[in-house]
Amino acid sequence: MRRRRRPSMVVAGLGLALLGGMLLACALGAVSIPPLDIVRMTLNKAPFFHFDQTWQATDETIIFQIRLIRVVAGALVGSALATAGVLFQGLLRNPMADPYIIGTSAGAALGATLAMMVPVGIAFAGFGLVTLGAFCGALIAVMLVYNLARVGGRTPVVSMLLAGFVVSAMLVAVMSLLIIVSDALQVRLHSVFAFLMGSLSVSGWSQIAAVAPLIIIGVVVARFFAFHLNAFALGEEGAAHVGVNVEREKLLILALGSLLTACAVSLSGIVGFVGLVVPHAMRLALGPDHRLLLPASALAGAAFLVIADMIARTVFAPTEIPVGVFTALVGAPFFIYLLRRTRREYAF
Amino acid sequence: MRSRSSGLFLKGVSFSYTNGFVIRDVSLTISPGEMVGLLGPNGCGKTTLLRLASGVVSPGLGDVYLDGARMRKLSRKQIARRVAVVPQYFRMPFDFKVGEVALLGRTPFVRGLTGETEGDRTIVEDALRLVGMYELRRRYFNDLSGGEQQKVILAVALAQEPEVLLLDEPTAHLDINHQVEILELVRALNREHGVTVIAAMHDLNLASLFFDRLVMLKEGALFADGPPREVVTEENVLDVFSASVKVGSHPAAQVPHVVVLPRGARDN
Repeated sequence: MRRRRRPSMVVAGLGLALLGGMLLACALGAVSIPPLDIVRMTLNKAPFFHFDQTWQATDETIIFQIRLIRVVAGALVGSALATAGVLFQGLLRNPMADPYIIGTSAGAALGATLAMMVPVGIAFAGFGLVTLGAFCGALIAVMLVYNLARVGGRTPVVSMLLAGFVVSAMLVAVMSLLIIVSDALQVRLHSVFAFLMGSLSVSGWSQIAAVAPLIIIGVVVARFFAFHLNAFALGEEGAAHVGVNVEREKLLILALGSLLTACAVSLSGIVGFVGLVVPHAMRLALGPDHRLLLPASALAGAAFLVIADMIARTVFAPTEIPVGVFTALVGAPFFIYLLRRTRREYAF
Repeated sequence: MRSRSSGLFLKGVSFSYTNGFVIRDVSLTISPGEMVGLLGPNGCGKTTLLRLASGVVSPGLGDVYLDGARMRKLSRKQIARRVAVVPQYFRMPFDFKVGEVALLGRTPFVRGLTGETEGDRTIVEDALRLVGMYELRRRYFNDLSGGEQQKVILAVALAQEPEVLLLDEPTAHLDINHQVEILELVRALNREHGVTVIAAMHDLNLASLFFDRLVMLKEGALFADGPPREVVTEENVLDVFSASVKVGSHPAAQVPHVVVLPRGARDN
């Protein structure tokens, strides 16, 4: 029988794995930079550390102006998507509720695309607008899918997948239409396509600074819902029986999941299946208790996407595959496996 | 287990779903420490009456009172600290263990971030021992048999240390040995801890055997209310269930016993 491990040890272990993954992802690329140098140059940025510079100045530029941005973006997006996945899955009692599959990501992308069409000169304010647009889009999409998929107080997997598929298809169609007719988007075609495929080619620290606080706060706040998410496993009425204010909590959890998805999408576009693969693996390893599952999935999601992006940009070097393509290649077969395995429980 | 009892009072309660399903002007006083069985055919409003009693739905007309406090004024948490509900059955969507499921009964008492205390854990262990599932606490809930699952579901409710226990056909899916076991447990809770019990019951004979007071519903309205001998009669069963039965005496207890007549004997 599977043993439940000590929560603090698990979190510490996953945190170390994330740091290691980030270090490795920073080290690898067109120019290899020794990890020890990366540690030293990073510590030099902090007070009290003064290591001798044994590396070239260009290395420092590569790390701080290119790779670290990408790695941090990957960690943020990964943790946001994995946390959103856990929130949606717990609320809908459904292990297949990934932000990508239930249309939240498409909603966020459409919202972000609409915001991109608004002519705003200042980069930072413009980016804030994109996040806001993504949040509105994500929330509307998730509400739509939730209400479409609900059958007699439950959200069966089949109706949820169908509703998610239909809503996603519709939103993506609207987005394609916008891209074709809008001059404002035509000039940014490359970034719009990167957006659709899911890519971590983030332009600069300012983009990260705009969403990092929201993602970190969101991941921390999610932990407050852990015990009630466990209670949602009893069903919505069952959760009400043990004292959960179901309508209020549901709205808050859907909003939080949408916010995290929106932040992720506004940074990286649509990266699918992270919110599916990571929580599932964590549930297998650690059990379904959300008090451990939430922090563990956030850390593991971060590590997963950092490493996935590292592989995506080094395997076919110098060609970089968008990380969204890579996660779909890994995630889609996994999704099929899950669907087949749980077929019995979710009889049609 | 804590011993404190609460009464429930339904005053002129009416309720309808959007599809027209209805509870019609039901007034019912259930005193602290009573054990009441709800009878009636499927669709007569037993489950709806329990949902009204647990406050998950509020009546369109009238009010439900929990010890004099209007139910609709109480928060879910306040209600859950006093009223527990045992559904017919449920499936857990993920691999929760028996102990983890039972712990969910402490939800109304646990603070958001800190989690359960030593006291909560003791209460959960006691609840599991009471239903005889403590030994299986590390097993997966979904691997258990229906009867075992029903006992764990009962343990969730007991972990809430309820003053009122509402059960919706708690024995509907069980074999006869488990039916008796569950009902004996519920009766012990009622007798020894003074927990007020209201249970929707399917089986007229089990209901007559285990409950001191039976309430019969017909099409959402109160039809009969009293001790089993007055409620479970041939006329009432014919009127409410449209079933011809013979009501005799239980061979070993002073309660009515219902038998269905074979086709040929019904016409006489």
